[in-house]
Amino acid sequence: MSEPLLKVRDLKIGATVYAPGEPPKDIEIVHGVSFDLERGKVLGLIGESGAGKSTIGLSSMAYGRGGVEITGGEVWINGRDILKSKLSDIRRLRGGEVTYVSQSAAASFNPAKTIMEQVIEAAVEQGKFSRREAETRARALFDKLGLPDPENIGARYPHQVSGGQLQRCMTALALCPEPDLVVFDEPTTALDVTTQIDVLMAIKEAIRDTGVAALYITHDLAVVAQVSDDIMVLRNGDKVEYGSVDQIINDPQEDYTKALVSVRSINHEEKAPTEEAVLSVRNVTARYKGTKFDVLHNVNVDLYPGQTLAVVGESGSGKSTLARVITGLLPPSEGEIFFAGRTLTEDFKTRSREDLRELQMIFQMADVAMNPRQTVGTIIGRPLEFYFGLRGAEKRKRIIELLDEIELGESFIDRFPAELSGGQKQRVCIARALAAKPKVIICDEVTSALDPLVADGILKLLLNLQKIEDVAYLFITHDLATVKAISDNIAVMYKGKVQRYGSKTQVLTPPFDDYTDLLLSSVPEMRLGWLEEVIANRKMESAGN
Amino acid sequence: MAPILKLVAQRVALSLLLLLMVSVLIFAGTMILPGDVAQSILGQSATPEALANLRADLGLNDPPVTRYFQWLWGALHGDLGTALTSGQDITTAIGSRLSNTMFLAFWAAAISVPLAIFLGLLAVRYQNRWPDKLISAFTLTSISIPEFLIGYVLMYLLAVKLRWFPSVAMINDSMSLGQKLNSIALPVTVLTLVVLAQMMRMTRAAILNVMQSAYIETAELKGLTMFKIIWRHAFPNSISPIVNVVMLNLAYLVVGVVVIEVVFVYPGMGQYLVDHVSKRDVPVVQACGLIFAAVYIGLNMVADIVSILANPRLRHPK
Amino acid sequence: MKNIPISALIGLFFTALFFLTAIFAPLLAPYGMAEVVGDVWEPSSSEYLLGTDNIGRDLLTRMIYGGRTTIFIATAATAISFLTGTVLGLTAAVSGGWVDQVLSRFIDLVMSIPTLIFALVVLSVMPVTLPVLIIVMGLLDSTRVFRLARAVAVDIEVMDYVEAARLRGEKTMWIIFREILPNALSPLVSEMGLRFIFMVLFVSTLSFLGLGVQPPEADWGGIVKENKDGIVYGIPAALMPAAAIATLAISVNLVADWILNRTTSLKGGRG
Repeated sequence: MSEPLLKVRDLKIGATVYAPGEPPKDIEIVHGVSFDLERGKVLGLIGESGAGKSTIGLSSMAYGRGGVEITGGEVWINGRDILKSKLSDIRRLRGGEVTYVSQSAAASFNPAKTIMEQVIEAAVEQGKFSRREAETRARALFDKLGLPDPENIGARYPHQVSGGQLQRCMTALALCPEPDLVVFDEPTTALDVTTQIDVLMAIKEAIRDTGVAALYITHDLAVVAQVSDDIMVLRNGDKVEYGSVDQIINDPQEDYTKALVSVRSINHEEKAPTEEAVLSVRNVTARYKGTKFDVLHNVNVDLYPGQTLAVVGESGSGKSTLARVITGLLPPSEGEIFFAGRTLTEDFKTRSREDLRELQMIFQMADVAMNPRQTVGTIIGRPLEFYFGLRGAEKRKRIIELLDEIELGESFIDRFPAELSGGQKQRVCIARALAAKPKVIICDEVTSALDPLVADGILKLLLNLQKIEDVAYLFITHDLATVKAISDNIAVMYKGKVQRYGSKTQVLTPPFDDYTDLLLSSVPEMRLGWLEEVIANRKMESAGN
Repeated sequence: MAPILKLVAQRVALSLLLLLMVSVLIFAGTMILPGDVAQSILGQSATPEALANLRADLGLNDPPVTRYFQWLWGALHGDLGTALTSGQDITTAIGSRLSNTMFLAFWAAAISVPLAIFLGLLAVRYQNRWPDKLISAFTLTSISIPEFLIGYVLMYLLAVKLRWFPSVAMINDSMSLGQKLNSIALPVTVLTLVVLAQMMRMTRAAILNVMQSAYIETAELKGLTMFKIIWRHAFPNSISPIVNVVMLNLAYLVVGVVVIEVVFVYPGMGQYLVDHVSKRDVPVVQACGLIFAAVYIGLNMVADIVSILANPRLRHPK
Repeated sequence: MKNIPISALIGLFFTALFFLTAIFAPLLAPYGMAEVVGDVWEPSSSEYLLGTDNIGRDLLTRMIYGGRTTIFIATAATAISFLTGTVLGLTAAVSGGWVDQVLSRFIDLVMSIPTLIFALVVLSVMPVTLPVLIIVMGLLDSTRVFRLARAVAVDIEVMDYVEAARLRGEKTMWIIFREILPNALSPLVSEMGLRFIFMVLFVSTLSFLGLGVQPPEADWGGIVKENKDGIVYGIPAALMPAAAIATLAISVNLVADWILNRTTSLKGGRG
């Protein structure tokens, strides 16, 4: 058996944390991980935030980001332990034998230089190719990666191309020096779902055609299943499970892996609209101040009591603007909003206290949705005091009830937001909204910033609370799996218009319009061969590119 | 290139507008306040007739708006009026002093700017090690002592105790360049010390900011040497922040000059201004204030224009 | 109050020492403020610890009274600067619209003239008395506080928790005092330290130029002015204030740094 390209043994990685007001502390973030990677193979590293996956990926270039330092173990590449190499040898390794594709190509390209200069830099610098050869190679790669005008795109500056295109340029940058190994660090995470699929396909084909080996780092198991041969599941710096894609997806052994595979499999039976709608949006058109462009175009949707309307769309679809119009933060230029039998005024400042109370909102970033200088008790208690005039023991009793409802409990009452995890923060925000006893809660991407398992917990909680409190949700999201899990009705938005609207079954059953088809087919599915099928069946060019 | 030229033109226009507003402010600031110029020239014992004559001579009976436009019109034509106390033509008096001040400021800038950038780079290179810590300790000390005291401390040590330099900085046109430089050595040193600390600290922050960008990591992961990373990737993006730092500190230097000239009895604009503030000679104060403000606004404008020109998004529009 | 770092302790000690000396100056000073007790520029002795000044007054006495004046003016001017700057800055940030535009453009205009030059222009026509001095210094400096307060408040204003409070129907006063101010406090307090130091340097500079505190009142800048002619004869009396100003400034800096660190590391702190 030949020596593997990359051999990692008992890798330990430490970091120095600088907590304000305390002396710096050294902690270990990866605790002895081992794995092999054969030439031409792709290994997926998967885990939630804090799993150490990026850190492990970068260790194959003997690089630690920020205060991160490799503290022990061995990393063998092409038969030598790079952790014991001299700096000059490591420089030859970086950009020559091993290259890197980052999550944000927009930040990783130097804004002051052309794309071509940066794509060929490593290849020329490492003496692999002459400038002319490297440029020819780069153009061929641009073409292979499906970039428009591959002959001339290199002369542009990074800000002159779109996000999806730049991510492909970054892939060209990594492949140009003909490396043995490419580290892909969440290369499609920042992209819209319909753009992601094109970039994913481009990366997959490029890997196959060049025969390069790759480490593919992501938090999305469905994505990594499309491009990898093997998968390693990581959690809190430890290896959980390591096996072929087939085994991990179809026959996971560990509980944690099983949970990851079955994520978003919440089964929610849709309810039929029974009563009058509690919230009706009628012919709403809106634009931002000082612009000449309507972000919302003649939107009509209804939300029924105790049900969920999911508004789904990609960035720029106008879904968040719809939330701002309903809450009265952005007065519409045309149209009306009816709420519980009344007409809502356009500006929230002119709405009655009753209107404000019955229409609550939960934000995407729980971090900034809570005043960092108030305790959980104050945050949840304020609406009780403000709307119902509760004080003292009475207020405290109700706060504790709410804390129990969100499954946190009394002990959280005196904590500050900084002491909570991401999921706990979002739960407190839910409690604050519930405290007002609303009829409708607008949920703006409330699970997007969370790890999949945590997000699942929040969705289950929301469904459960809906039963208890009989509250309706207007659920804004870009994630179709979430939509399937929670909605009764769905509105698909595209470029400011409602593209498709109806009950969950209606919207998700063919025949589709072109955009809905593109959107639905772009959502990665947790099975092998999905990507190839989709590409073969494509009807419409990707929307954002 | 059209949009970028438009931006630059807008910035220049804005500066001119600002300068016009500043002239209004300076003029109004000396007008609305109590005190009668004629009275302060002639003193308490002046007869009413003499006062009335002088007021008519000085145009003090005209409405303030008329006087403002006369003043502005004059200033635009290089006529800054006459000093109340000496009756001298202000433009003539300022002429040679302004060039003396520029001479002093030029040499202070010529020494402090390269030195500050070099030391700033050094602090980045040895971040959190002793050269960096030494530099920040020096910064803290130097911003904690007023310029004039640094001046006297150095004068006491270098001129009086060690006798290396003259303690007053007299210069005149008959001196050779060497003599002039020897004569201004001390004030230049003080001014350098005063702006150096700030400039160093800000250069360090500006470069560190660029060095933390993701594209620097990309360059590192391409296996480039430190020198190439800095030269090819950090430097092109640092030009505009560093120019901003330099301009800001040159503007600060212009103010520092005022005090330092008084310390070293240097025949420049600062000395001239301070003398006439004590004598309450309003036309001179207005003229000097306008010139200092114009230099200050001009330096800020240059910094902004460099930022515009160095921005790749503006240089290569979509 | 445990775990105070040693640097902050030193800072606190000296800052307290300076303020106490200022308050109890008449009790501590060995002689009268304007009392001529000896010869011109006598060297230090057991009688005159720091020697005497240019007309034979005890220098230690002058330094103590000078510190009192300097610290009083700086404190009062800082208070004015802070009050005006914070109130206007927060108002501009929370109101937005034309109020913000008018205030911000006016502040831009004032700041386009160097502070010292502007002060000289104004003082050339105003009578130089303590109240005038304090108000001129305070108002000119409030422009910087305005910019900081506005910038900090604008950053906080766009936070979702402020939006949540607005959507709840909270009044403007609640939003300013309960949501914005507690989060803006630590940068503002540490800035207050810096502004105070700047005021000490500013009033010293003005007095040195003869446009600040008028004789026979003593202040640190004035002491330099009175004794500067001694320098050429090798008499260091004029350098005494340098040590005092530097010690005070560094101490206040250390305390301000510590406050900034301490408040941001509270368990409810940001980051």
